[in-house]
Amino acid sequence: MVKKTLIPIGPYHPLQEEPELFKLYCEGEIVKDIKWETGYNHRGIEQLSEKKTYDQSFFLVERICGICSTSHPFAFANAVEEICNIEITNRAKYIRTIIAELERVHSHLLWVGLAGHFLGYNTVFMWAWKYREPVLDLFEMISGNRNSYAMFKVGGVRRDIENNKIPQILDVLSLVKKKTDMLVGAVMDDPVIHARTKGVGILTKQDIIDFAAVGPTARASGVAIDVRKDDPYAAYPLVNWKVITAQAGDVFAKAEVRLLEMYESISIIEQCLEGLKKEKEGEINVKVKDIPEGWGTGHAEAPRGEVFHYVLSDGSNSPARHKIRAPSYTNIATFKKSCIGQTISDATISLAAVDPCYCCTERMAVAYDSKTGNKIMNGNELIALSAQKTQNIKNQI
Amino acid sequence: MAEQLFYFLIFPGLLFAAVVGAFLSYYDRKITAWVQFRKGPPLFQPFYDFFKLLLVKETILPKYGSKGVFLAAPIFAVFGATAAGVFILLPLLGIETGFNGDIIVIFYLLTIPSLTYIIGSLASGNPLAAVGGSREMKLILAYELTFLLVLAGIIQKAGMTISLNEIISFQTINGAFAGSISGIILFIVFIFCIQAKLALVPFDMPEAETEINHGIMIEYSGTPYALVKLAKYIMLFILPAFLISLLWGGLNFEGIHILWSVLKILFVVLLLTLIRNTNPRVKIKQALRFFILWMNLLAILAIVLSYFGY
Repeated sequence: MVKKTLIPIGPYHPLQEEPELFKLYCEGEIVKDIKWETGYNHRGIEQLSEKKTYDQSFFLVERICGICSTSHPFAFANAVEEICNIEITNRAKYIRTIIAELERVHSHLLWVGLAGHFLGYNTVFMWAWKYREPVLDLFEMISGNRNSYAMFKVGGVRRDIENNKIPQILDVLSLVKKKTDMLVGAVMDDPVIHARTKGVGILTKQDIIDFAAVGPTARASGVAIDVRKDDPYAAYPLVNWKVITAQAGDVFAKAEVRLLEMYESISIIEQCLEGLKKEKEGEINVKVKDIPEGWGTGHAEAPRGEVFHYVLSDGSNSPARHKIRAPSYTNIATFKKSCIGQTISDATISLAAVDPCYCCTERMAVAYDSKTGNKIMNGNELIALSAQKTQNIKNQI
Repeated sequence: MAEQLFYFLIFPGLLFAAVVGAFLSYYDRKITAWVQFRKGPPLFQPFYDFFKLLLVKETILPKYGSKGVFLAAPIFAVFGATAAGVFILLPLLGIETGFNGDIIVIFYLLTIPSLTYIIGSLASGNPLAAVGGSREMKLILAYELTFLLVLAGIIQKAGMTISLNEIISFQTINGAFAGSISGIILFIVFIFCIQAKLALVPFDMPEAETEINHGIMIEYSGTPYALVKLAKYIMLFILPAFLISLLWGGLNFEGIHILWSVLKILFVVLLLTLIRNTNPRVKIKQALRFFILWMNLLAILAIVLSYFGY
């Protein structure tokens, strides 16, 4: 019987920016079993949203994820517009799509950089982030913000992209495309990167279906799941593009899918800009008087996968119930499948390959006693429990 | 006795090697910054790092570790690196001739820092440090044999002498070994050995930051970590110096030759820096395969070639 060692990833670890705890039970360097604890970063987003008006909620859901900060407002807008049963103008559709796709470009560049950093390849890290800068500058030009763009509202968008800005956007896109070519060359042809990522953290098609994984994680295993194609919204039915898939399901395939998706995104943006020229400037809003009673669902394809929002309206100016599901909710769980039997070096990169986002996905459940109907653990009890745990730690020190 | 102490502590030992090594570390970081479109650190950054750790930062000791061994390890690392440095630099700088067989002694002394890191990491009682320690052990097993084969090739080329001074003077008369085919192969293999000895990417898995959180160094802080840094600065200078003295005809400090000598060292460090900036970290298994199979084969090929006079 070999003694198992516990190798922790977290609560604070250079691999991930957010707090989380993965306990790897290892024999030597081989991971035999894992357990994980999340919940360090619960923010009560759903509850908060129910206390804000619809207009305010857009700014709130934008802050669920700092990187895919358009996908949440996008899904929320889809859900609310389903309740109101309104169709937004074509110009607003194009602008929404442009913002979402630009975000995909910068998010994928960010991931490629981070993946390089996790492999100890800091040059790729710095280069990818350098080439991400022009995209962020573009965001600043369009929306006034480099992150959290505040572009979405019920019935349209807040700011127009004037037609005279289009050539400038196209310039930046061609620059990004050129740099992406270089990055793709550097990553796809490097034999050492092949040695590190091929055959590592394999997820089969069946695993993806079992874990209900979404986004590039699923597409890298040959599951062509993409909300933009499966249930088209905004301008996606109006433009011509294809879903990128790979078959291998390893880390390399995930990188490949993300890198090639950037080309698709750039092509979508170019077509949207063409479409924008045909529409009349300024027609970006549909007047919405109030939100009727009812419920609606909306989803959007974030860079990491499907974002799902459910909104229940009681006719007032704020949602009665707002349920949010981020893509990491299903994607993180695939780590259990991809890491067991691997070495520690492979396990870390297979975790990073799904691009997990812990704060976006953390929710709290409250248990009710079925007989009495009382909350089993209420707020004060939780605070008392937390205080007691702190005291225990202090006593140990 | 006083002379030996001077050699060991001031010139060309501890002080000199550490200062040159610190500047080389600055150079390495600056080149890295240029490759990565960054600005890079100021000239004296390595000194700021060292003195902040030595004088300002608190030393935190692991609770469940063997504290004596944990603290002694970095001191031995500095002593080992300095001793190796003295034996390399005395003949190289033309101060003393050294003794017959000093190559073997240098080979052993150069292993001491790595060994002490292993001992220190295992004494710290941290599971991540233990993983790092075991990786460092495997890495030593991988590259030490290759290193020895390279030395064997050089000894054969120098006409079976095991004195560093004689190897240098042999090259002064007959031209540098790196001018021949077998010499170039040995040079390449030697560079990779240095890369592994210094634990630079692609062979930095004992310290892999994003995997095991700096591994062998995880528990070190304050003064002991300053000593570790000191040993690393010294190693960054003496390993390229050893390479130059064995394969590239040594250094010459007369007139314009000073410039060439400096450029030689900078070139070798530049090679190390470029390798570390254009590769991801490999897995320990791949590193073992790389050294035991490919690098050993190359080294043996070089020995055979040099036997036939190429």
